[in-house]
Amino acid sequence: MAEFATISPKRMALRRFLSHKAAVGSCVLLAIMVLAVILSPITTRYGVNEQVRKPPNTFLPPQKLAWFGTDEIGRDMYSRLIYGIRVSLVIGLFTALISTLVGCVVGAVAGFRGGRFDDVVMRVTDLFLAFPFLVALLVIRNTIGSIGWLTAIIGDKSSARFVVFLLSIFGWMGVARIVRGQILALKEREFIEAARAVGATRRYIVRTHLLPNSIGPIMVALSFAVVGAITAESTLAFFGYGPQAGDGATSLGILVGAAKGAVQSGYWWIAVFPCFSLVLISLAINFIGDALRDATDPRLDRGES
Amino acid sequence: MLRFAIRRIVWAVPTLILVTFLVYIALRLGTDPLQSYLRTNPRATRVKIAQYKAVNGLSSNYVLGYFHWLKNFVTFNWPRSIKGSREVWPALKDSLVNTIRLGSLATFLGVIIGLLVGMFAALKPGSRRDVTVSTAAFLGISIPPYITAVLFQLLFAVYWSRWFGSTLFPTSGVYPPGHTGFDLFLMLKHMALPTIVVSIQIVAVYSRYMRSSLLDVLNSDFMRTARSKGISERQILFKHGVRNALIPVVTIAALDIGSIIGGLIISENIFDYPGMGVYFLSAFATGDFPLLMPWMVLVVASTLLFNLVADVSYAFLDPRIRLG
Amino acid sequence: MNELVLSIRDLRVTFETPLGPLEAVRGVDLDVHAGEMMGVVGESGSGKSVTFLAAMGLLPHQAKVSGSVMLNGQEMLGASNKVLRNMRGGLMSMIFQDPLSALNPVHRIGDQIVEMLKAHQPKMSDKDAAKRAVELLDIVGIPQAAERAHQYPHEFSGGMRQRVVIAIAIANNPKVLIADEPTTALDVTVQAQILEVIERVQKSFGTAVVLITHDLGVIARVADRVNVMYAGRNVEKGGIDSLFDHPSHPYTRGLLASLPHEGVERLTPITGFPPNMLIPPPGCGFAPRCSHSTDACSVSLPPLRTFGDLESACIRAEELVVKARLS
Repeated sequence: MAEFATISPKRMALRRFLSHKAAVGSCVLLAIMVLAVILSPITTRYGVNEQVRKPPNTFLPPQKLAWFGTDEIGRDMYSRLIYGIRVSLVIGLFTALISTLVGCVVGAVAGFRGGRFDDVVMRVTDLFLAFPFLVALLVIRNTIGSIGWLTAIIGDKSSARFVVFLLSIFGWMGVARIVRGQILALKEREFIEAARAVGATRRYIVRTHLLPNSIGPIMVALSFAVVGAITAESTLAFFGYGPQAGDGATSLGILVGAAKGAVQSGYWWIAVFPCFSLVLISLAINFIGDALRDATDPRLDRGES
Repeated sequence: MLRFAIRRIVWAVPTLILVTFLVYIALRLGTDPLQSYLRTNPRATRVKIAQYKAVNGLSSNYVLGYFHWLKNFVTFNWPRSIKGSREVWPALKDSLVNTIRLGSLATFLGVIIGLLVGMFAALKPGSRRDVTVSTAAFLGISIPPYITAVLFQLLFAVYWSRWFGSTLFPTSGVYPPGHTGFDLFLMLKHMALPTIVVSIQIVAVYSRYMRSSLLDVLNSDFMRTARSKGISERQILFKHGVRNALIPVVTIAALDIGSIIGGLIISENIFDYPGMGVYFLSAFATGDFPLLMPWMVLVVASTLLFNLVADVSYAFLDPRIRLG
Repeated sequence: MNELVLSIRDLRVTFETPLGPLEAVRGVDLDVHAGEMMGVVGESGSGKSVTFLAAMGLLPHQAKVSGSVMLNGQEMLGASNKVLRNMRGGLMSMIFQDPLSALNPVHRIGDQIVEMLKAHQPKMSDKDAAKRAVELLDIVGIPQAAERAHQYPHEFSGGMRQRVVIAIAIANNPKVLIADEPTTALDVTVQAQILEVIERVQKSFGTAVVLITHDLGVIARVADRVNVMYAGRNVEKGGIDSLFDHPSHPYTRGLLASLPHEGVERLTPITGFPPNMLIPPPGCGFAPRCSHSTDACSVSLPPLRTFGDLESACIRAEELVVKARLS
């Protein structure tokens, strides 16, 4: 006599996630990248500002000396790419973490309490998100950058910390909306009503019932926040407004930005490798986010009737 | 519903004032209009400087300064650009027209193609065509628009002419330099590349929205009821399926369209297309306050307007919102 | 008895699932006569809904359906789309459990009825259709029908919505109305009202009604004949009085025994769980839970055998009936 196998929702979600081959492949790819970045003393072949050899060393096509060729100062593109990815990944990750944290709090409060606070938050985020992104980004960048005491804390306009702060200001809104939506949907469910009926405090309900059940959408929001941040950073850098630390430090965005000029002159390797990496990372995280969304969709837990 | 719309319009005016006030503060802090003016006009006399400050509302009190500026703005007493004292409106008008041309063409094409493609995919979920569409859309949204723009520029500007000896699609401007008058064919030729690049993003995004929305709807109970009525498949699909699936999509579309005016910056910049985006970038780079403020007002107004349109269309399409 | 309107023979439905084939219906035979109210009883997962969804042709592609479904003498399984569309809403209608999600939220109620009318009576003018729609709302007991026809589904209460659903279903005077758990999602007080509407429709229009439910109390109230299903098969069929008086299948007896009735202090549920249809049991599906089962029961599927006006799929039916009569 067959019994009913019981699987916890978490394992079901994991199983569903693993069935998305693209997402699994993306995880592997990202893991390799992250590893390559962490082990950068070993994986890079030259320093970030180091020339591959004495001149002539500029604009060398890919060869044994420099796997991805060299740039206009003779630096190894391969190594710079790894350093650049490191910077961009870090910026993306930190931005996403801060955005998600702030977004969760605001979204949970807005969704749970409703009322004026919720209205105000929704209106503000609505307007902000509808406003042309790059314009808002640039204007706010300049505005914050001129507030003396703020830059003293988070760094100058061209520092990575500043970029993280700036992007977080935009990032939390998307997360807040997602979390709010989820809380709203859960709030009316019977198990919340039951919890209230036995006298649970609001904070308890949020902590033990609402938030754990929102982990799915939160993780999805997090992954899309990372992609968003990386893309935004690269867009900023493309126009010359990105992080510009000295000593030749670079980010993925800066490297891609150099692609514009290089293309006309036929130095394809300066454009192809950074662009390819950016697209790959973007795709990979998008795949993962998509698969996460499918995996944690509560509607899919309905069984065969 | 009229009352709903009127109430929103009435709210829009103070919102407009508030937001432009914030923009005013942001620009004053961020671009330092006075410094920018001095930088561009190093030999300006004290009289001229005072004039500049006055007409732009750049007094030390921000609130007073704002109202000063506002007064000048609404009486069409617009200050001139810091560079060569050009008049603002002609340049702004041209940019606006160009961007509207590009934006509406790209959006129109993009949304329609995107919706159709999304429908196409949702009708046979999991099939080969669905997978193809979904993957393509995925790629479309994962590749940042400036990369596709550069790619296209590379392809058509550099390599095409290398291979074929002539340019198929020009890669910059609205008309070839020195051209005067209105020539539709030439204009379309110049708009082709930026339109394609912008449309790609739009098609990708809307096909995904439509696909997911339609799939949701197709799986709902009322579709089963519709089928059990014995009406034709086409009626089921359009009157019931698509009609319901469009609701969230249209709302998002209305919001998206609103941001078009300032949102084509990347493509305009790469293809040297003289629209609102390029106008903004160059004005911003020089800190040209007189050029920037009217631009901002236009963009904020359009954003608010389309927010309103989105809300109204949502209420119009979904009676639960209208009456509930 | 009246003529046969719906005749199902050896209906089998298998779903292709990621975990393997799931046999939801394993050989169901069923007859519905004109104007009668047939109750179909069973637990969740017994296959009662799937049987009739298959008869209407409303199952998704992944479902493999075999057997025969004769409606008014015409074979429905494998029929052309045109025939099927004619049938749905014309000869046979179905109403479902949740009235809110069954109605299209963005169309007015009146329009949804008109759509049903025009689909099968295309020559009807818009004006006539609108008039008929209001009449139908009246018949099912919606007050102020003329005004309410212009409203949207969310403006109605649950019971009212279900009445609207019934109005849509009977618009074209179908020969068979299949009601799949029509009262399960409603308040107990409203349940009685809806049953009354269904009964009224049956009596005044001569529509045969198949009432699918897991609630024996509902069946007891209105049904003429009953069909008990378990694990994808019929286990007992017959007239309602005989069934309630001397049930000849242990499952039916278990169901009746588990109903609350006077003088009983503790309820007696049927122990155990229904079988997992991914691995259908070889013999009688109920055997593992049956207190009268023998080894022979699990060997092969017992066929339906007749006793008087009952049919039972239990190999020990005779003994049990005798036992029941004695006790």
